[in-house]
Amino acid sequence: MNTPTAAAGGLQARPRPGRPVAAVGVRPGVWLAAALVLGFLLLFMVLPVGRVFYTAFVEADGTPTVGHFVAFFSQGLMKESFLNSLYVASVSSIFAALIAVPLAYFTVRFDFRGAILIQTLGVLPLIMPPFVGAVAMQLIFGRSGSLNLLLGEWFGVTLPIMEGLNGVIFVESIHYFPFILMNLTVALRNIDGAMEEAAMNLGCRGWRLFWRVIFPLALPGFVAGASLVFVKVFDDLGTPLVLGQTNLLAPQAYLRITQVGLEDPMGYVISVIMIVFSIAAMALSARVLKGRDYATTQKGGGSIRRRRLSPLGALAAYAWIGAVLLIVLSPHLGVLLLSLAQVWSFSPLPDAYTLAHYATVFQDSSGMIKNTLLYCSLAAGLDVILGVTIAYLIFRTTLPARQWLDWIATASLAVPGIVLAIGFLRLYKGITLPGTDTLLTSTWVMIMLAYAVRRLPYALRSCVAALQQVHVSLEEAAESLGATKLRTIRRVLVPLMAGGILAGFVTSFITAAVELSATILLTSAESQAPMSYGIYLYMQSVAGRGPGAALGVLAIVVVAIGTYLSHGVVERTQSRFAPSAKEAQA
Amino acid sequence: MKKVSVQCRHVRLSYGSTEVLKDVDLDIEPGEFFALLGPSGSGKSTLLRLIAGFSRQQSGEVLIDGVDISAQPPWSRNIGMVFQSYALWPHLSVWDNVAFGLVERRVDRATVRHKVGAALELVGLSAFGDRRPNQLSGGQQQRVALARTIVIEPQVLLLDEPLSNLDKTLRVQMRQELLSMQRRLGLTTIFVTHDQEEAMTTADRMAVLDQGVVQQVGAPATLYDDPVNTFVANFVGTMNLLPGRVHAAGTPAATLQVDGVGDLPLPAQMSAPADERQMLGFRPQSLQMTDAGAARDPQWLWMSGRVEASEFLGEFTRYRVRVGPHSVAVDQTHHAGQHKFAVDGDVSLGLAPSQLRWLSD
Repeated sequence: MNTPTAAAGGLQARPRPGRPVAAVGVRPGVWLAAALVLGFLLLFMVLPVGRVFYTAFVEADGTPTVGHFVAFFSQGLMKESFLNSLYVASVSSIFAALIAVPLAYFTVRFDFRGAILIQTLGVLPLIMPPFVGAVAMQLIFGRSGSLNLLLGEWFGVTLPIMEGLNGVIFVESIHYFPFILMNLTVALRNIDGAMEEAAMNLGCRGWRLFWRVIFPLALPGFVAGASLVFVKVFDDLGTPLVLGQTNLLAPQAYLRITQVGLEDPMGYVISVIMIVFSIAAMALSARVLKGRDYATTQKGGGSIRRRRLSPLGALAAYAWIGAVLLIVLSPHLGVLLLSLAQVWSFSPLPDAYTLAHYATVFQDSSGMIKNTLLYCSLAAGLDVILGVTIAYLIFRTTLPARQWLDWIATASLAVPGIVLAIGFLRLYKGITLPGTDTLLTSTWVMIMLAYAVRRLPYALRSCVAALQQVHVSLEEAAESLGATKLRTIRRVLVPLMAGGILAGFVTSFITAAVELSATILLTSAESQAPMSYGIYLYMQSVAGRGPGAALGVLAIVVVAIGTYLSHGVVERTQSRFAPSAKEAQA
Repeated sequence: MKKVSVQCRHVRLSYGSTEVLKDVDLDIEPGEFFALLGPSGSGKSTLLRLIAGFSRQQSGEVLIDGVDISAQPPWSRNIGMVFQSYALWPHLSVWDNVAFGLVERRVDRATVRHKVGAALELVGLSAFGDRRPNQLSGGQQQRVALARTIVIEPQVLLLDEPLSNLDKTLRVQMRQELLSMQRRLGLTTIFVTHDQEEAMTTADRMAVLDQGVVQQVGAPATLYDDPVNTFVANFVGTMNLLPGRVHAAGTPAATLQVDGVGDLPLPAQMSAPADERQMLGFRPQSLQMTDAGAARDPQWLWMSGRVEASEFLGEFTRYRVRVGPHSVAVDQTHHAGQHKFAVDGDVSLGLAPSQLRWLSD
């Protein structure tokens, strides 16, 4: 009975990082590859961010100071923005948790069809950036939105859902709750059923069972998800800007840089604060996870046993899921309606429908669609090349300190888009393209590079996972048959990693396609604007809402297709490996 | 504390179309250390989980102290269970793990402190209360799991393969500790295992299960000496089997015409109806072996064979001897300087008449 698990465990035993393929010295090609990767990371990640930190801590003449921070906290507006950002991020995390925890528990605990519905719920919000839906949410939940018009008509009351910071919290929490849902579901699934049975055996049940045993065991997954929500909301620029809430850190940094100028130290102080909070949140979740490997499924143990729902329970569960589904889908629905609406104002639904907005978008904005495709494919391509190289350096060479490449690349997770953009603008200020008068920072290459740096961690993880699935002996066989290292990589390794590389490419591509915070600062001319910037621009004016929404729908379609494809690729890759896993168990 | 009995009456359980327990009847005496022995998939763990309340039989009753508890949920049964994986909660300290059941019973704090302290002392882990379970060795985790279960003073103690995750030396030691603790507490204990040695060394009585059916219940020696069928015979120790047909004709007694070998005279007490197929069973240690030409003790039943292989196991040497189409295991006690039989040598095998058994399939 124990053998299958033991065999599966053996199968999962990965070659440890740093396991040398051959005990010979590091070859010159490896040094070159490492130097190129390191050069890229230094130029477009470490130095720009370092420059931001440096600027935040020096006077104009170069003397070190903490004066800017003192100034920051003595300005009422800055202090308010800081507290607002903390408030919005915390409350959004709490609301996201309130949505996600029951849903995650339902899927793991009960055996009912709604579980599939929840799995769908889990990805739907992620395929649309929150700022796209924000305007639509105002039309549905705002003061004179559909819901409040109906409530006012029927009961004479209105709910201030979209008023001020409430709106930001509402939009962010229904957008980011999937992070908690997904992490928590995995954590709950990994709990050994015996953990729960032992508690029942000792007299524990119902709510107490959940709070004393099940939730604490899944806590690392919850914290990982919640800290991710916190960071995402804390750093988000697009949603508050679209909703007109500028008394938050990210919008303040943006306004300072664009309106006061690149020399204003406040933008840098805010950037440092945002990075510090990102790192703190990630460190917190790492600390919680440390030493608590709660993936407790053990020999002979299954996960928590599923129960069948009673009819009444099923009704309640479906009602809850239905309500959440309705709210979660409202931005999508709203954007769709908005893109088709001729006039939508002071009425629950649009008064008349038209396809004109799509025509407008195709006429005016086909350049933006092309730009998005161009920047994102280049960025994602760069990411998988870097990802494969870093993965190879880590797992297949004896290069000293090679783990650092992984750490630096992954650290970009903690860098908000706006901070990276500020770093680019500052570091490359005044530098022109060789032989021309064109400023480097005014070219679209900067936008593309910002995408590449910010999405590199996603592609890197895919490539690392793919490389770990390839056994070293497959490469050794090629080498013994006369293939050089480079040809082995090209003819054996890369084809075997193809699924993972493609998944990494698609993930980078679709997340870059909806990135706004770096885009908004780095776009210097409308001709280089990608779709995300176009949506933002359109949404600024009432007349532009229709075309903006239409462009949003197109962006959703692009992202949805990408998500679907990457899902398919990952599934196929997994099924390709499944037979060998089965053999090992037999 | 009152000792209670556990009884199963016609218990049937199936998952879908798979019958896991088929009409199980068991009587476990108050204070008994009872083993459920069987291969994986025999239903022994299912039966244990059914007594704990984690699954429910489709028909039949489970009686504790004469009362049917089938309708009670696990949390109100007061039956302690030690899980195979121990199932210690990693988010709680050793102390909190042990206190868990008492807290659920709303026991006041002073009593909790007293009882948890006593339970940890009983398992020799008083100094480890602040540790986390994953900071303990396998044997220590096992003790915590035990302390956590007995601290609630359950009516019945269930042990699901409690020693399978320990290494061999520790297993023998824990076995002794479990037994002495059970004796001290006088707790009716049911113990699931697939290891016959574990069951035989500890249990007062045991039940052998196969494919959801109780094959035989009895004291370990009874099952070893008088197994009812070939399954029990081979699951509890090793049994040689010789199939054949009984001939009642002729004097002084009947003979067994062993398939492919020939007639073997049967001792008087081994009566069997004539012309019936029968299976003769005997243990490897109930044979004596001599070189082919040596004198044969007429009290024993003799067969000729050829040594195929030998394994030296310290206390004894196990020979594989080919007798016609059959392979017979023969254990010869080992002493220094003892005669060894060569592989491929011809030998005579003598069967002790009192050790022969008829076995059904």
